Amino acid sequence: MTAVAPGKPRAVPEVGRDTPELRARLQAIWESRRGLLGWLSSVDHKEIGLRYIVTSFVLLVIGGVEALALRLQLAGPDLSLLTPEQYNILFSTHGMTMIFLYASPILSGFSNYLWPLMLGGRDMAFPRLNALSYWIYLAAAVFLYTGFLVGAGPNDGWFNYVPYGELQYNPGLNQDYYALGMVLLGLSTTVGAANFIVTLLRMRAPGMSINNLPILVWGTMTASVANLIVVPAVSLAFFMLWLDRQFGTQFFQPQAGGQPLLWQHLFWMFGHPWVYAIVLPAMGMVSDGLPIFCRRPLVGYTAVALGTVATMLLGFGVWVHHMFATGLPGLSLSFFSAASILIAVPSAIAVFAWIATIWLGRPVVTTAFLFFASMIVLFVIGGVSGVMTGSVPVDWQLTDTYFVVAHLHYVLIGINVFPVVGATYLWFPKMTGRLLDERLGKWSFWTMFLGFNLGFLPMHLVGLWGMPRRVYTYPAELGLGPTNLIISIGSFVFAVGVLLFFVNIVASLRSGARCGDNPWDGPSLEWATSSPPPPYNFAVVPTIVSRHPLWEDRLQERDERSNLGEGMLLDQGKLALATSSLDAEPLRILEMPEDTIIPFLLSVSLLLLFFGLLLKNVPLTLIGGIAGALSLVGWFWPRLGLLEREAAHG
Amino acid sequence: MAELAETRPAALPVGPTGSEGVGRSGMLALIATEGALFGYLLFSYYYNGGSGGPNWVAEARPDLRLALPNTILLLLSSLVIWRAEKATRLGDRRTALLGSGLTLLMGTVFAVVQWFEWKAKSYGIGASSAASLYYVTTGFHMAHVVVGLIVLALLFLWTWLGYFSPVRRIVFTNGALYWHFVDGVWLFVFTTYYLTPYLGFGR
Ligand code: HEM
Ligand SMILES: [Cu+2]
Repeated sequence: MTAVAPGKPRAVPEVGRDTPELRARLQAIWESRRGLLGWLSSVDHKEIGLRYIVTSFVLLVIGGVEALALRLQLAGPDLSLLTPEQYNILFSTHGMTMIFLYASPILSGFSNYLWPLMLGGRDMAFPRLNALSYWIYLAAAVFLYTGFLVGAGPNDGWFNYVPYGELQYNPGLNQDYYALGMVLLGLSTTVGAANFIVTLLRMRAPGMSINNLPILVWGTMTASVANLIVVPAVSLAFFMLWLDRQFGTQFFQPQAGGQPLLWQHLFWMFGHPWVYAIVLPAMGMVSDGLPIFCRRPLVGYTAVALGTVATMLLGFGVWVHHMFATGLPGLSLSFFSAASILIAVPSAIAVFAWIATIWLGRPVVTTAFLFFASMIVLFVIGGVSGVMTGSVPVDWQLTDTYFVVAHLHYVLIGINVFPVVGATYLWFPKMTGRLLDERLGKWSFWTMFLGFNLGFLPMHLVGLWGMPRRVYTYPAELGLGPTNLIISIGSFVFAVGVLLFFVNIVASLRSGARCGDNPWDGPSLEWATSSPPPPYNFAVVPTIVSRHPLWEDRLQERDERSNLGEGMLLDQGKLALATSSLDAEPLRILEMPEDTIIPFLLSVSLLLLFFGLLLKNVPLTLIGGIAGALSLVGWFWPRLGLLEREAAHG
Repeated sequence: MAELAETRPAALPVGPTGSEGVGRSGMLALIATEGALFGYLLFSYYYNGGSGGPNWVAEARPDLRLALPNTILLLLSSLVIWRAEKATRLGDRRTALLGSGLTLLMGTVFAVVQWFEWKAKSYGIGASSAASLYYVTTGFHMAHVVVGLIVLALLFLWTWLGYFSPVRRIVFTNGALYWHFVDGVWLFVFTTYYLTPYLGFGR
């Protein structure tokens, strides 16, 4: 049997058993270097995933503190804790932070960490691109928050309608920070999405066919395809806004043939699919997590997987439901309204599948289970209010009232924050080798759940009573004071629950009970690795025959068993296996890139470039641009080690 | 006793071989997202034009005397880089050098002519919504041409350094693919901004 020898175009990979010597060899090959330089250069998907998770949790806290300030201001009528301008900046920054800097990146973090482990691969398809997407995300967050700190945060809501975003109504750098920051962030999302897509198509263990994928993978994959196609819409819209403001273009200016509504179309062509992109992977967490604690496979796997994809396909066509109140023709409203209500169908499938899984299973009530199960309740509430606003006449009544604030928080907190916290309880042991405390966990759950409902259910009411959203105060005569006080109290209780969750993390990092490889007795491949997993993930390339590789003996679905102990060694270099798209047949041996500082340098260059553009500072723009271009040339220079070229002979 | 599944692969390609490899999927993803970007630009044009009043377009009859030959030149350059790519596949380094060099030249001529085309316009970027869209869309395209020219120059250099062989040439294939994209997307831009006014759009 020939071994893989670098330079030869074909080789038969050596097959062998998982041994300590093999592991030692792989460790030396895959380990990141120590020290600051090593840290900045790491391309390990687990390292990057953790950075994503930590950064987005920090931003969740920041966005949460902003929200609490808002709720303090609204706790009673006619308060003057915040000026109207400050209120504008705070609610816009809160929305921007939560939607763009927390809700999506947190899911990228989990998926980055988990995908290769779940798929039985050694890394993502493009490890350097992976590092780049994290560093640009960080750069965009720094950029946007620099604006906030110098008093130039976004002040026109997260969806930033024109004409208020235009220079004549909105002097100051607020909108320029937001516009350029969003273009920068768009780059991160796009390269990340491309990486997920190619990873799904190529980086699965043999036999990990398309019907064996965990639902989380389906969710992130669907979200990534959507992002690849719709993120350019919002980047373009923001870029055009910046040009309108700084270079006198007329995209959105009606007096010169422009269209303010163009902003709304571009924004919601992106925004609606994006809303799914920040819930579908989280729904996947529930679909994969619940069965572990119900001790049985998910009911209706195929329906749920296809429903995920169907939701997104329908989701491309319904952006206009955010524009029902803009005076579009009636027929088009009816069409978009019908499509929006139709979307409820695939979501309902998922809900029934979860309920059936609990019903037919033997639930073990852990903290993670509580978060996943309660998410179903919140999802139903948020879904019903969503279907209500999907209907045109109701939307005309409710648009821009607090009812919408209630709806969007039920959706976003219910379908993003609750599953994400549940997922942390579920996978923290895998990531750290320690369990989170269950007692504190239950406390944090009940505080979050009760606080959330106390705070956000009454928002529906004040909305129906006519309280508009995005107002910094309300007069006492309206009689909204007492309910608003309850809302604010509930918000603070919820925040305390979130705080308990973070306390649990910090405490358990140091003194949590140690756990083995598979503390919850989970079925999927990540539980076969040690906790935390080694840098190479799997010592030998596993061969998979079912959806539940670790539950096969119990489920007895077929005679054959997945093989985790023997397989391709791929130990002569930083090698990984590429497989075919549908059936995951071995296709190619890949030389994986070594750690490199280039993604970091490229991100720093981009940050300089964007500050240069913002300040219209030519030297800064040139330095950033040229440094970025050089980084790219360095990146793509064909490498012998990656077999991108022949040894030079000229 | 249940049986363990086995994977006993035959010989597998190592690294990118020929035009195959994960890098190619990456390039296709880039093209998909960039294609979408141009789609939104053109959508903006049709949307603003479609909902604008009469005389919305910047010019009722755009001058085609430079733009049409320039378009043909760009499309021909796609053929030339295709030939150069084929030469790389056949291991014919001379033709590959000639081809990528010629494509570089043709692309540069296109960029220069487009520059004069801009200069010759009677309106500036802020004249109207249509004018803004014209300059920004062709400007976006020009940015892609410039990136493409840098890529072509690098391909020329790397071919000259003898980096590519019939087996190891994914970088060349990807660069050529990018250039095809730059050319293909221009057809849509050209049709939209230079031809549809003749069909009456926005007039
Ligand atoms: C402690 C938790 C939270 C509280 C108390 C809270 C409270 C608020 C308040 C008071 C507003 C402004 C309403 C208005 O005046 O119109 C708001 C807006 C918003 N919140 Fe939250 N929120 C919380 C968490 C979240 C989370 C986790 C997300 C997303 C994942 C989120 C997303 C949004 C969005 C998108 C807006 C709309 C901003 C806009 O109008 O442009 N919030 N929230
Ligand atoms: Cu929507």
